[in-house]
Amino acid sequence: MTAPAVEANPVPMTAKRRGTQLFMLTFAVAIVMAAYAIAGLGQDGQVPGDMLTYGLGLGALMAVAYIALAKFAPWADPLLLPLVTVINGLGLVLIWRIDHAGRNGASAPTQLMWTALGIVVFAVTLVVLRDHRVLQRLTYTAGALGLLLLILPLLPFIGKEINGARIWIGIGGFSIQPGEFAKLALVVFFAGYLVAKRDVLALAGRRLLFIDLPRARDLGPVLITWIVSLGVLVLQKDLGSSLLLFGTFIAMLYIATQRTSWVLIGLLLFIGGAYLASKIPAFGHVDARLQVWLNPEDPELYDRELGGSQQLMQGLFAFGTGGILGTGLGVGNPTLIPLSFSDFILAAAGEELGLTGIMAIIMIYALIVERGLRISIAARDPFTKLLAGGLAFILAWQVFIIVGGVTNLIPLTGLVTPFMSQGGSALLSNWILIALLVRMSDTARRPPPQAIQDEGMTQVFQR
Amino acid sequence: MSELTLLLIRLAFLAVLWFFVIAAVGVIRTDLFGPKTAPANTARKPAKQAKPAMRSRRGEPQKLVVTGGPLNGTTLNLTETTLITIGRANDSTLVLNDDYASTRHARLFPQDGQWIVEDLGSTNGTYLDRSKVTRPTPVPIGVPIRIGKTVIELRK
Repeated sequence: MTAPAVEANPVPMTAKRRGTQLFMLTFAVAIVMAAYAIAGLGQDGQVPGDMLTYGLGLGALMAVAYIALAKFAPWADPLLLPLVTVINGLGLVLIWRIDHAGRNGASAPTQLMWTALGIVVFAVTLVVLRDHRVLQRLTYTAGALGLLLLILPLLPFIGKEINGARIWIGIGGFSIQPGEFAKLALVVFFAGYLVAKRDVLALAGRRLLFIDLPRARDLGPVLITWIVSLGVLVLQKDLGSSLLLFGTFIAMLYIATQRTSWVLIGLLLFIGGAYLASKIPAFGHVDARLQVWLNPEDPELYDRELGGSQQLMQGLFAFGTGGILGTGLGVGNPTLIPLSFSDFILAAAGEELGLTGIMAIIMIYALIVERGLRISIAARDPFTKLLAGGLAFILAWQVFIIVGGVTNLIPLTGLVTPFMSQGGSALLSNWILIALLVRMSDTARRPPPQAIQDEGMTQVFQR
Repeated sequence: MSELTLLLIRLAFLAVLWFFVIAAVGVIRTDLFGPKTAPANTARKPAKQAKPAMRSRRGEPQKLVVTGGPLNGTTLNLTETTLITIGRANDSTLVLNDDYASTRHARLFPQDGQWIVEDLGSTNGTYLDRSKVTRPTPVPIGVPIRIGKTVIELRK
């Protein structure tokens, strides 16, 4: 028989697009440097003297990341790295600017060091993890690790309580938030678990009215996650992480089973749990958050020492001062907002870049998430689909919770803004997250090997 | 530094930030639809083709539908695809999770306006309707192909 047409007309290939990536990366570094120069101009009336050093430093770091990516994940998505670079760089500039204005707690050099470390960790992850599917074998290990990391801050001696939340551990002078890494481990666990169990979760059950009810025994894992996230809420007083974990699990359950009933059950469980928590006097901080959310302008709440609305209102004032176009980098007064360098960095950005700038930042987050979901669609095996979908969702969900909180759309919960807020643990774990997405996009976009066959006996595969 | 210069710099920065966003969207656009000049080289992602079918001649199958087995209900768009591989391998177009399927079980490809099914030396065989596929065989529209527990067919 004659050779089949396939060989004459090979499978069209996706381009590698490394050139595009290099261009966008250079663009990103240029934007960050321009922001740095403008912040210096606005604050001191002159371009910062160390600008060239920082520019070259950032450029060199990005070159390292780019080379690691081009060498070890050549088919990876061309946009992820440049988009993250802009966000991370803008965060750095804002922190530098707040640090420069003499705010206690903000420290640009530390954040710069963590950024460098984050990029190194990104490159190392790409080099070490050649095939993310090994993670599927570590499903239950990852689950156990995630739980352990969540519990660590509660242990005596190493656990520390800072700003009313017990989410830190101290190791030799450093404070680490293990919860940030637990988040990644748990997403890996959820993905592996749901690949194994999704058929039974999707198909078994009865239909009641318009909703497919799952079987009682299949509710087990959902209830366990619910209890764990409530435990986080109660024991560590960390409303944000609790919401983040539970929401991510429900979203991944929905991706795996396509059943709306899981989302409804999850929402009911969370709202019920949060309502109960707000009614029990021992968890006064939940109730305080709800009151602040409903009446932030109440003078009594504004003046309250702990858990008052002063921070939120200062953030809203900052957004108002910024208006549409912003006051310009280095010209605003972000030092007035408590924690403007970490939780409230978006309020600082809103003041200095205005609505236009905030929208651009949120668009960049949206694009990162879009690339993640796109990887999930393009992936060919269910584990990659769930892992990419879950990681993209956790990023989107985190941005939603913090932006919603800062703008008073939803009750404020302490979560870091990914890549922007000051904080090493969050930065490292988010860079690992991006490395995982890059690794998966490399697998998903790589053209499939083609089988060349002569009469069914020998098979040759070409890559 | 005068107020006006600062204002201009500020506006220019916002414009550049947005230009970056637009450039990123442009990259995504090229990714989906291919560069404007080159002929469509976008066929690799059949699941999300936004362009209408270019070769929609009558009588040619438009999609591949899984009608039985665990993947029941999955459809693949055929209009811009040139090869469909079926098997348990992770890089197959249709990844089967089925003990009765081989890693590289079968493939489907178009030739002269027809789709051809070819068994790739599988253990349990590929069946076109009731007969075992021993050589590349044209697939008529609506005739079931059985691979392990999975049944697929071509539809218009």
